[in-house]
Amino acid sequence: MTPSDHSGGGTGSLRLWDRLSVTTKQIVWAWLFLAVPILFFGVVRFYPTLQAFWLSLTDWDLLNEANFIGLDNYRKMLADPLFWQVFRNTFAYLLIGTPISIAISFVIAYYLDRVRFLHGAIRALYFLPFLTTAAAMAWVWRLFYQPPPIGIINGFIGMLGFEAQPFLRSTEQALPAIMVTAIWAGLGFQIIIFLAGLRAIPTTYYEAARVDGLGEFTILHRITLPLLKPTTVFLVVFSSIGFLRIFDQVYNMTSNDPGGPLNSTKPLVLMIYQTAFSSYQMGYAAAQTVVLFTILLVITMIQLWILRSR
Amino acid sequence: MTRIALTGRARLRLAAALACATALGPTLASADVEIEYWQYVFDARVKAMDTLIDAFEAENPGITVKQVTFPYADYQTRVVAAHAAGKGPDVVQLFYGWIDNFVDGGILQPLPGDAFPASAIEAEFFPIVGAMKRNEQYYALPTAVRTMALFYNKKLFAEAGVAEPPKTLDELVEVAKKTARHDNGGNLVQAGIALDIARQDHHWWRTILTAQYGGAPYSDDGTTVTYDSEAGLKALDYYLALQTQHKVGKEGFMDEGQAAFRAGLAAMVVDGTFRLASYGTIGSFEWGVAELPAAADGTRANYASYFANGIGASASGEELEAAKKFLAYISSPAAMELWQKEVGELPARKDVAMTEANLADPVFGPFIRALDYSQTTRFVDEAAQRQIAIDMVNRALLQGQSPADSVAEAAKAEQALLDRHFAK
Repeated sequence: MTPSDHSGGGTGSLRLWDRLSVTTKQIVWAWLFLAVPILFFGVVRFYPTLQAFWLSLTDWDLLNEANFIGLDNYRKMLADPLFWQVFRNTFAYLLIGTPISIAISFVIAYYLDRVRFLHGAIRALYFLPFLTTAAAMAWVWRLFYQPPPIGIINGFIGMLGFEAQPFLRSTEQALPAIMVTAIWAGLGFQIIIFLAGLRAIPTTYYEAARVDGLGEFTILHRITLPLLKPTTVFLVVFSSIGFLRIFDQVYNMTSNDPGGPLNSTKPLVLMIYQTAFSSYQMGYAAAQTVVLFTILLVITMIQLWILRSR
Repeated sequence: MTRIALTGRARLRLAAALACATALGPTLASADVEIEYWQYVFDARVKAMDTLIDAFEAENPGITVKQVTFPYADYQTRVVAAHAAGKGPDVVQLFYGWIDNFVDGGILQPLPGDAFPASAIEAEFFPIVGAMKRNEQYYALPTAVRTMALFYNKKLFAEAGVAEPPKTLDELVEVAKKTARHDNGGNLVQAGIALDIARQDHHWWRTILTAQYGGAPYSDDGTTVTYDSEAGLKALDYYLALQTQHKVGKEGFMDEGQAAFRAGLAAMVVDGTFRLASYGTIGSFEWGVAELPAAADGTRANYASYFANGIGASASGEELEAAKKFLAYISSPAAMELWQKEVGELPARKDVAMTEANLADPVFGPFIRALDYSQTTRFVDEAAQRQIAIDMVNRALLQGQSPADSVAEAAKAEQALLDRHFAK
């Protein structure tokens, strides 16, 4: 069935359609199909995003009419010590979490790629956490981190004769404790992607290198890593966005005192959530969202620029 | 399946007819009216309300009550968001501490004076219901009220040779010392008293201990923080010493205080009537309830709180009439008796609560006797004010800040919060 079968109504439109070249027709069809997702994204994603920009300039509290207050919300944010603590926490998740998770997942993928025995089973084990609900995992880890007598990790530490650690009840240890679980949860996905990237490198390169007598380290350094760059770029961006938007683990692991003792684990997303849905300061929460959006945008741009292919 | 082909015009006509029917619906079908009742998810409460709704519907043919529930964590947000969207409930349950937000936000309408005269409310209900009054009008009525008491584990008491629950704060420390146990590494493995500042302990410190040491947490009009005083500091010192000096309890032990008590790993816990249903399912040991320990000079204090039911601002006409009937029903003596039996909360009407049987009841007695000397603290943002108390304790416990500095810092933060609220 050709498209013209449908436009049987008027001969005028038929003639117009027939006059178009095949390429133009293809473009028209492409746009026709694209229109649905574009419309969807426009209504569901972009419109609320623009709305958030507007809200950030108001004092909307859900109950009363929104009044335009200029940049007051942003001024309040810059003067709010909690915002800066949350800002530091968010960057701690990003700057420590991303490199560690990328490094670990690469090392695992690199060696897993060489393992033939039980390869599929091991890969599945690494991938399993990625399939599990973050909230459920967070609660399991929360139990692991409990003080004696129920915490498994503290039980182990005690068996070795060391002093029990407070973990989630400490302002210093809580953030790293949560970061460990976040890294662990994302590892499976990153390993799978790295494995796919490693498999995509043609074996002829390696054969040639070996014929030339290059060592393993040189091969890794000169062939594997450069050819893996597109994969690495993707994973760095993906993982950075994940750490910047961390929420589930933090919220569920410290739900008694959301954001950890004295806000030691609170990330920006949790602050936005509490500002909006606990204090109902929608305007202020929107301003925080705009900041998060800007951070995400800038960091993604910087990463793409640094890791661009020359 | 048969298909009915409609021309464009016929479709329009149908749509118009439907629109008219919807608009006129309530008037045309005058015999049947459905109202929505909202509360948060708590098994015993939902079941008790189902029973009440069945009885109410049997007495009032033509009125259907639909119970809608949400998890507690989302509940307030849902009510506020639904109101913003113009789809609020007809009868809605709210924590007494939310009343300012709900009245200021126009979520509630004042209780109609014909069905709920203020004089009758004041004569029949406990005075703490006065917290529901704004601008000389009542906005909500509770079915039940809650006070706090000391729950104790009879098995652990017997093991430690403790004959009866402590009567004073000093005795509490002694009993806690006798019942707490530590392992070789000095880790607490059994608490003398379960401590959990995020749950009930912030009330214990704020409203109860501060009063017992001769102070008050806030000025009478609720606009000024006054716990930055000798009394507030002594109260905090007492509370903190339980974990720092006497080491009979620990924040975070067994994750939650009530979990520690349930697991039989805490000899005592300060908790409320609302926990009776949950502790009622404990099978591994017997527990008892005692009035909260008095100060050395015999001063007693308690914190009473309640969830109240109000009428949604959007209810009008027949729905308003039905809502009035339903609210009157769930605030009736019969409903209160059922609520006490099913949920374990105390009747909000004096004559229903203060019966001989209730006062002598080993479980309800301590809670009901406390109603005589209870305070109901006015909160403007309960979650934020609780967080300030949590942070105050954490600064002292985790960062080594002196209790005096920590109380002062908390008072400053909370005063700023109150100022923002009352400036509106």
